[in-house]
Amino acid sequence: MLEQNHLMRYDLQIIASWIEPGSKVIDLGCGEGDLLQHLIVLKGVQGTGIELNEEKVARCIEKGLSVLQGDISDEVHDYPEGSFDYVILSQTLQQVYKPDNLIRAMLRIGQKGIVSFPNFSHWQIRLQLFFTGYAPVSRQLPYQWFDTPNIRVITLKDFRKFVHGVGLTVLREAAIDTHTQDRYGSIVRFLPNLRATYGIFMIGES
Amino acid sequence: MSEYIHHDKDRVSVGVVEKKYFTFAEPPGEMVLESGAHLGPVTLAYETYGTLAPDRRNAVLILHALSGDSHVAGYYSTEDEKPGWWDCMVGPGKGIDTEKFFVVCANIIGSCMGSTGPSSVNPATGRVYGLDFPVVTIGDMVTAQRALVDHLGIDRLLGVVGGSIGGMQVLEWCVRYPEMVVSAIPLATSMRHSALSIAFNEVARQSIMADPNWNHGNYYGGAKPALGLAVARMIGHITYLSDESMRLKFGRRLQDKSDFSFNFDADFQVESYLRYQGRKFVDRFDANSFLYITKAADYFDLGKQHGSGSAVKALSKARARFLVISFTSDWLYPTYQAKEIVKALKKNGRDVSFCEIEAEWGHDAFLIPGERLPMLIRGFLERVHHA
Repeated sequence: MLEQNHLMRYDLQIIASWIEPGSKVIDLGCGEGDLLQHLIVLKGVQGTGIELNEEKVARCIEKGLSVLQGDISDEVHDYPEGSFDYVILSQTLQQVYKPDNLIRAMLRIGQKGIVSFPNFSHWQIRLQLFFTGYAPVSRQLPYQWFDTPNIRVITLKDFRKFVHGVGLTVLREAAIDTHTQDRYGSIVRFLPNLRATYGIFMIGES
Repeated sequence: MSEYIHHDKDRVSVGVVEKKYFTFAEPPGEMVLESGAHLGPVTLAYETYGTLAPDRRNAVLILHALSGDSHVAGYYSTEDEKPGWWDCMVGPGKGIDTEKFFVVCANIIGSCMGSTGPSSVNPATGRVYGLDFPVVTIGDMVTAQRALVDHLGIDRLLGVVGGSIGGMQVLEWCVRYPEMVVSAIPLATSMRHSALSIAFNEVARQSIMADPNWNHGNYYGGAKPALGLAVARMIGHITYLSDESMRLKFGRRLQDKSDFSFNFDADFQVESYLRYQGRKFVDRFDANSFLYITKAADYFDLGKQHGSGSAVKALSKARARFLVISFTSDWLYPTYQAKEIVKALKKNGRDVSFCEIEAEWGHDAFLIPGERLPMLIRGFLERVHHA
């Protein structure tokens, strides 16, 4: 079980490090439940998840996780107010149709939201667009424009602005340099909007 | 439901099992039913597999559907051709592992597979009950099961599992005896019948009651309302399948002929299949039991009965962890009905997992051997067992 820690994606390791032991957590778009399992085993959290894909939901339940199948934008609404300490949305924001509704719902059902997404203002993306003139395709966003599930492009600065715009506060943030399935990475402190591949934000009420 | 069971002695099985009987509610201590009627004595036919742990914390109660019985798994003898109706799920190392769990299943009251029902003899008169048998509800079935569970010395059910009408009993258990139910697995079920489900049941009942042999339920000792019951079962089978499964299973293929007969014999395979299922059912099931059990299912309304009309309020009583399952092609209890259960549980802050299994076989999918369902149930029961 401890091995889970080493196998887990770097961005998920950062998220896990922000979570208080024994807290109540919901992971929106939990995939095969790696983060949830890690948090339950190593931090003793009470965790649950929502995932759209039947196969992934089944993997989660088989592992003994509490996960339900559905669209996060619909399923997030039914929980009582303040049900969770943390509501996690990891690498999914760029696929959400109505991000403002979802973020508000997250902070209705939970105390704090943790959101991570690929940073679209990374220098390589900027250079690609500038020099090639094609819509950028990167390791973090590896799809052509016509078959991408990622309907939004977000930069670290954009997200900060958005959070303030909807009257919320960034409680904590980390800009990281890692790759999608990479287990290793580093925190980017110098010119994060240019150099980070992902941003991770903890947000809450002002 | 037994059409999916195949003779396969090489497979792992719980082995030879025995049907047992438990009688309670002897007069004057009769069961008081939800209708206010009294019923007693009441006999339940039941089977158990596996061993009850010394701490009595490993019991799993299985609840069967309309035409099921207590014979979930295993064989009655070494010559027995067919195992129980959920042998693919229950046995050593299976989804519900009899090496770990003590599995109990009882035939529901109102049925005809060994438990007290309309075809039983009324001890007060010495005659078969027939329509003198009081109308029973899902709640009454569960109350009777509680008496058996008490008799077995179990005060905590690790899991309560059932599909269809069995799933209704699962939900009823969770709100009627919340302190006893650690986890619940309602499969392919609903908190209340839709008008569509009631309509199918009513047509099936009308078919039975229109058979002259039915004779207001008074046919025991004479000719059975075989045609009426067979048609009722045919209607049932249509609702258990799906457009897709019928297309795959039968299409427009003809039965043992290359052209139409130009009369009203069974030309199409689907006709032949339904006729066969209807005939087969008549041999093993009582028409009056069909009337009583379908009525109980139609009356079932968890929110109305336990929450003054609110499913959320009704399920606020529940203490169990839930695994809710639906199947994509189930048009008798479509996924939206399972999602209503999930929604009500979420609003109550209950621990709930939900999976909509992609399946072409319609409502009956939960009975058909496959990988997905046993894996889900195994993982879920493991978690609650160690929680």
